[in-house]
Amino acid sequence: MRTPLPLSAALLLAGAACTPEQGAPPLPGQAPEAVAAAAGADKPAGRPGAEEFPVPPPPFTEGVFPCSQCHEDLEPNLERRELGMHEDKQPLRHGDRERWCFDCHNPKPRDMLRLASGTLVPFSESYRLCGQCHGDKYRDWKVGVHGKRTGSWNGKKQYLLCANCHDPHAPHFKALQPLEPPPRPAEIHD
Amino acid sequence: MNPKDQREPGMAGSQLPEASSRRDFLARAAAAVAGAVLANCSPEEREAYLQKHFRELTKDELARVLSRLDADYTKRFGKPFRVGAEPALANTLFGYALDLSRCIGCRRCVYACVKENNQSREPKVHWITVLEMKKETGVDVMDSDAYYRAEQVPREGHFYMPVACQQCRNPACVRVCPAGATWSEPDGIVTVDYNWCIGCRCCMSACPYGARHFNWTEPKLPSEEANPETHYLGNRPRPRGVVEKCTFCVQRTRKGLYPACVEVCPVGARKFGNLLDPASEVRYVIENKRVFILKEELNTQPKFFYFYGV
Amino acid sequence: MLFWNFFVGSVRIVLKGSRAYFAWLAFLLALIAIGITGYAEQLHSGLIKTNMRDQVSWAFYIGNFTFLVGVAAAAVVLVIPAYVYHWKPIKEIVILGELLAVSSIVMCLLFVAVDMGRPDRFWHMLPLVGKWNAPSSLLAWDALVLNLYFLLNFTIVTHLLYRAHTGRHYSKSFATPLILLSIPAAVSIHTVTAFLYNGLAARPYWNSAILAPRFLASAFCSGPAIMLVLLQVVRKATKIAIKDEAIWKIAELMAYAMFINLFLFGAEIFREYYSNTQHLLFTRYAFSGLGEHRTLVPYTWLALFLSVGSFLLFLVPKTRKNWITLNLGAGMIYAGCYIEKGVALVIPGFTPSVLGDIYEYFPSRVELMVSVGVYGIGFLLYTLMVKVAVRIITGDFLAKGATMPEVHEAHATPAEVA
Repeated sequence: MRTPLPLSAALLLAGAACTPEQGAPPLPGQAPEAVAAAAGADKPAGRPGAEEFPVPPPPFTEGVFPCSQCHEDLEPNLERRELGMHEDKQPLRHGDRERWCFDCHNPKPRDMLRLASGTLVPFSESYRLCGQCHGDKYRDWKVGVHGKRTGSWNGKKQYLLCANCHDPHAPHFKALQPLEPPPRPAEIHD
Repeated sequence: MNPKDQREPGMAGSQLPEASSRRDFLARAAAAVAGAVLANCSPEEREAYLQKHFRELTKDELARVLSRLDADYTKRFGKPFRVGAEPALANTLFGYALDLSRCIGCRRCVYACVKENNQSREPKVHWITVLEMKKETGVDVMDSDAYYRAEQVPREGHFYMPVACQQCRNPACVRVCPAGATWSEPDGIVTVDYNWCIGCRCCMSACPYGARHFNWTEPKLPSEEANPETHYLGNRPRPRGVVEKCTFCVQRTRKGLYPACVEVCPVGARKFGNLLDPASEVRYVIENKRVFILKEELNTQPKFFYFYGV
Repeated sequence: MLFWNFFVGSVRIVLKGSRAYFAWLAFLLALIAIGITGYAEQLHSGLIKTNMRDQVSWAFYIGNFTFLVGVAAAAVVLVIPAYVYHWKPIKEIVILGELLAVSSIVMCLLFVAVDMGRPDRFWHMLPLVGKWNAPSSLLAWDALVLNLYFLLNFTIVTHLLYRAHTGRHYSKSFATPLILLSIPAAVSIHTVTAFLYNGLAARPYWNSAILAPRFLASAFCSGPAIMLVLLQVVRKATKIAIKDEAIWKIAELMAYAMFINLFLFGAEIFREYYSNTQHLLFTRYAFSGLGEHRTLVPYTWLALFLSVGSFLLFLVPKTRKNWITLNLGAGMIYAGCYIEKGVALVIPGFTPSVLGDIYEYFPSRVELMVSVGVYGIGFLLYTLMVKVAVRIITGDFLAKGATMPEVHEAHATPAEVA
């Protein structure tokens, strides 16, 4: 049973110094590990207790990962500008008034992403980053209501990373061509 | 004055000799015809014709029916066919939720269903109908278009609502069937016994969702497109003259898999699960989103819920 | 021996007749041949040979079935005055009405059979050997009551005729209760058929309580139309004396039934147009079309015109008693109710479909062929039975050694029937 709204608000206030997940009541059906993780979500990524979902590998462009193979020796330039590299990721079509590359990517080490709190998360847990702003989607995604669902309804379910469907640099879905309409009854003959 | 009854020996007052001689003749003729027809059939054909209703088959009879069907389909399609009859899983009541804010009307679900469920390719039978509606008028099935064509979907100013069998808890189709060929299984799937249906189409008149489809002629299914993993009540290839409809992919869901439409949806608009499991997606949707059902005033109590994820 | 002679005698009677009679038989046999050809096509390819599709899944066959159930029920229009009110002028000819009921039921059953996707599986509907899904399925009930009504009428008719053939009176204790039972039975067959439609919440056009009374009213005004024509033919072609009053009384009763039919129709129209809900779409399709979809409109208005026109012709005594206008009225009332019941009832119920799809149905060649064949069979059956019955009634077909019972004195007085 979910705790009623005022109580959860009280809990949130009580845990004012915490990240959004901490203090939020566990969602119905949430796995015990997830509950425990919610309590200790300010731990750096990869540590035991962090939420884990079976996701496929991040959909990197060919050859771009690990970032450190190029950026290890380069000095990070934190000034907002148009980059000479990564033209396919520019212009950023994802809230670019409010942010640019280093609001999500971590300057050093480059192979990680960075949450608003400074916590580093790997690309394989990028959902934690997206979930900061897209909390309602994140909540729905964790229980399988947001996003494509495959696997077993009464067993192991396959999750997808946000990035598997949404290009983080231009997340708006491209339109699809619909498949053929059904035949009109007058068109059905033997 | 009462004329005396002129009786012949053996003629009782209310005997109807004309009727009985007519009846005799007709009965004998009918028996002769039936006998001739049945005598010309092979034992398998006879057994198939006289097959009882699915729910009245004993375990042995069911096994015989399934192996006969396996053999028939294998022969017909030239590849090993399997017809199962997995019963409903315990403590299971299937429910479905569809996110109208996500559906883009691409119809991938329609064709994934066609492939999975061995629907006729000629004439085309689709169990899912995707309705295009106008945003300015909202959900109104009477003002919808199932035949939309577009270069790209979603089209400006429109949204999309797929409709298939709602697997009602108070199904009108089950009520009206004169031969009891359609019924609600314990896991909530409304099924049809294709070997029992007489093709009267009462159920089609009764369904408010246009979910039931009829085989107006012999369905054509090319062997290379046939899906050989089937269920007696689900996706096994149907004969002509019977009704068919969405079965929540009974051949998949009773094995723990998602229906084909859920898996193929590219935008994740479709959610499926066990309504009795508090941790299922579909329960989460009902408890946390705002769901509605189609034509609720008809009290059909569908287990198919529409909601808006955003 | 007696029954064999009866059978042979009947065959002899139907094999003899005037040129007009044989021309009529030839015509009916031609219709039957057309029907068989059409049905063979349908058996070969399936119901795809009709123009029914998922959106309009019941059409011409079921429309005809519905109309003919009404004709079968309409035999009571003769039975009530004859046996309940002991109105002599009709009593002798009631049997002809009951023979019509028998033929109509046969046609009804044939129309259902040709509409089924799997007629070979009809036994699935039977109790014991199959699964008779009563009480919930109305079609299961309809199958029962139609067959019972058939048996009832067949029994009555056979008893009356065979007794007359063997020179005996019918057994009052046996026949009269059955005859009186046929009145509620007739009401029941058409009510159950109406319930088949109006129980369907998915079809707002039919989902109205008024449908059952409308069915009965239109049945009682259309079925006897055949009788009106037949009685004139019978009294011209045979020795049977049928009083003018009998025929005029039938027409008068039909006028009252048509009034009720039109009133109930008017009540429906008011409800639809005044409430002006989305359910009006179906009525609009029938009367004014939807957009460019107007196939049914001329037929709906024609039916209305024929119904109102025939009502007036039968209501006004002058036109009722004029043989030309009477027969014109009979044709009009039959055609009007046929279109109203057959086409203007079934098709708009499906148009638009439950998902707003508009498929304009019109019967296919095969449907028309099969339907004329069914009518051919029904009318052939009726013709042959009437031919034998008339001979029995006039005392011209008596078993050896039998003498015709004194018909007039045999009419039951109220005291005897009670």
